[in-house]
Amino acid sequence: MLKRLRENKSAQGTLLALPTTIWMFILLILPLLLTLVISFGKRSPDGEVIFTFSLDNYIRLLGFSSDCAGGQASCFDPLYMQILGRSLMLAFNTTVIVIAMAYPLAYFIARADPKRRNTFLFMVLIPLWTNFVIRVYAWMMLLRKEGAINLIIGTVAHWLGINFVPLELLYTPGAVLVGMVYEFLPFMILPIFTSLEKIENSLYEAAADLGASPFKTFLRVTLPLSMPGVVAGTILVFIPVMGTFIVSDILGGRQYILVGNLIQRQFLDARDPAFGSAASLILMVMTLIVTYFYTRKFGFGEEIVAA
Amino acid sequence: MNPHRRSPFILVAMVLVYIFLYAPIVGLVLYSFNASRTNVTFEGFIPSFSGRVVMDGSLVKSAPCGPFHWYCDLAKNSDVLEAAGNTLTIAFTAIILSTIIGTMAALALQRYEFRIKPFTQLSLYIPIVIPEIVMGIGILTLFSQFFGWFNGLLGLTGDARLSMGIVTVTISHIAFMVPFVTLVVQARLQGFDKAYEEAAMDLGANEWITFRRVTFPMILPGVLSGALLAFTLSLDDFVITFFTNGPGSTTLPIYVYGLLRRIITPQVNALSTVWILIVFLAVLLLQWIQSREAKPQH
Repeated sequence: MLKRLRENKSAQGTLLALPTTIWMFILLILPLLLTLVISFGKRSPDGEVIFTFSLDNYIRLLGFSSDCAGGQASCFDPLYMQILGRSLMLAFNTTVIVIAMAYPLAYFIARADPKRRNTFLFMVLIPLWTNFVIRVYAWMMLLRKEGAINLIIGTVAHWLGINFVPLELLYTPGAVLVGMVYEFLPFMILPIFTSLEKIENSLYEAAADLGASPFKTFLRVTLPLSMPGVVAGTILVFIPVMGTFIVSDILGGRQYILVGNLIQRQFLDARDPAFGSAASLILMVMTLIVTYFYTRKFGFGEEIVAA
Repeated sequence: MNPHRRSPFILVAMVLVYIFLYAPIVGLVLYSFNASRTNVTFEGFIPSFSGRVVMDGSLVKSAPCGPFHWYCDLAKNSDVLEAAGNTLTIAFTAIILSTIIGTMAALALQRYEFRIKPFTQLSLYIPIVIPEIVMGIGILTLFSQFFGWFNGLLGLTGDARLSMGIVTVTISHIAFMVPFVTLVVQARLQGFDKAYEEAAMDLGANEWITFRRVTFPMILPGVLSGALLAFTLSLDDFVITFFTNGPGSTTLPIYVYGLLRRIITPQVNALSTVWILIVFLAVLLLQWIQSREAKPQH
């Protein structure tokens, strides 16, 4: 038996890959299938799942409620669609701002003296690896009414002799946007850096020799060659922003609800796993669609591993 | 010569982005020395060391540890110590298992052709393209359905029932750590010259000896950096832990999250500062391993 295994390369490969494959099947594929099954289920009065086939959860997500205030048979409430739209908009805005901030820094690091390059990269890794929850907390402290930002503006205003009332910065949509940008900025810097670093210096020299202006060189050489990094970074930023619930929970207050908060509350507060599963599937499908069209247009580089 | 190397725009943007990245961290560390117990505004450092804590209103006037009062408090906080213990137990258990099975899978994917290969590959890429919360609630549903069925089947009640805890958290952590270990080790295997292995085999070593004496030492740096990366992911994880933990399996991120929704004392800042220091050392270690890896092999 052992001898036969020795000669059978395919069986060896299967055996080596088997533990990981089984593990991933039980903890990834199976849960996703279960989520799908449960999303067609219903909630029992005590918060358990009743397995059945009903599209009620999806109809409810679309806004057609069967449980109306005025006792009507059906009514339209766009609440959940608004939450989905808000999450999509936030993910889009965050990604755009993050690209705008990450690109110059990645460019600077990629073109820096090789001796100092590691130090600059190191400085990006520290905030990246500082715990996610701690980073939200740091912004909570900065944005509070008594926080550093109000303190600085207040001091400047005092010098200028302007009367200043501390701003309510925390628990606003802007606070959530800043928090998201801060959380995911390093995930954009690293892949863009990786793709910029690969560009040979001779390409810049050639462009300059041929009389291209710096701006034109950037548009025609640097930008196209760094697109794989931007694409990878976008995937690493857009997808998690769509599903994150801590940032909005802590910086946005109870009123600011994203898809992540909706799903989390269905499981932990509202005890309606069936509805939560449906929302979770919609979230997954939305991110997969965006990822699919985006990567089909721009390609999917190895830069994704960089972060 | 790169035409826009010295562009002032790039320099200004660089400085601003670094300030953006570090201002919150600096603030966090500064407030960990706050004399004010309410931690609303920074009221200066705790001025003096003395045998006992002297308070004036909400201000700490002197303490046995002086400015490091909140750090000493932290070391006495049994909840924090328990959470830290859980975090490390989970991370160490998960890292050992995920490194072993992840390295095996990397070898299989890089070296062999087999029928389930596309499926293995797909399952390792899915966690990258779906939001973590989808995976989290999926695992939560799986465990709660399974435990409900199992407990009902055996008629278990009370403490004998299977429930969420440190085991479910560890099992779930392995699921998101394995893809990273596999990817990193696979990248290392890609640049691997098979001639070394062939030479060993020609010299009469069998597969196992070849693996132990040639292949393994050569991929070891890749395995180590994959393991370290996965380890930090485990320490850092909030979402998966949030949905799979139970009584007695609170980890540090979950503990901090719980505090943020209640009263915040400078103790949270002290905890954060210690954490940032540990991260700093871990990143240094990782860079050191990678710089050794980059050097030519003998």
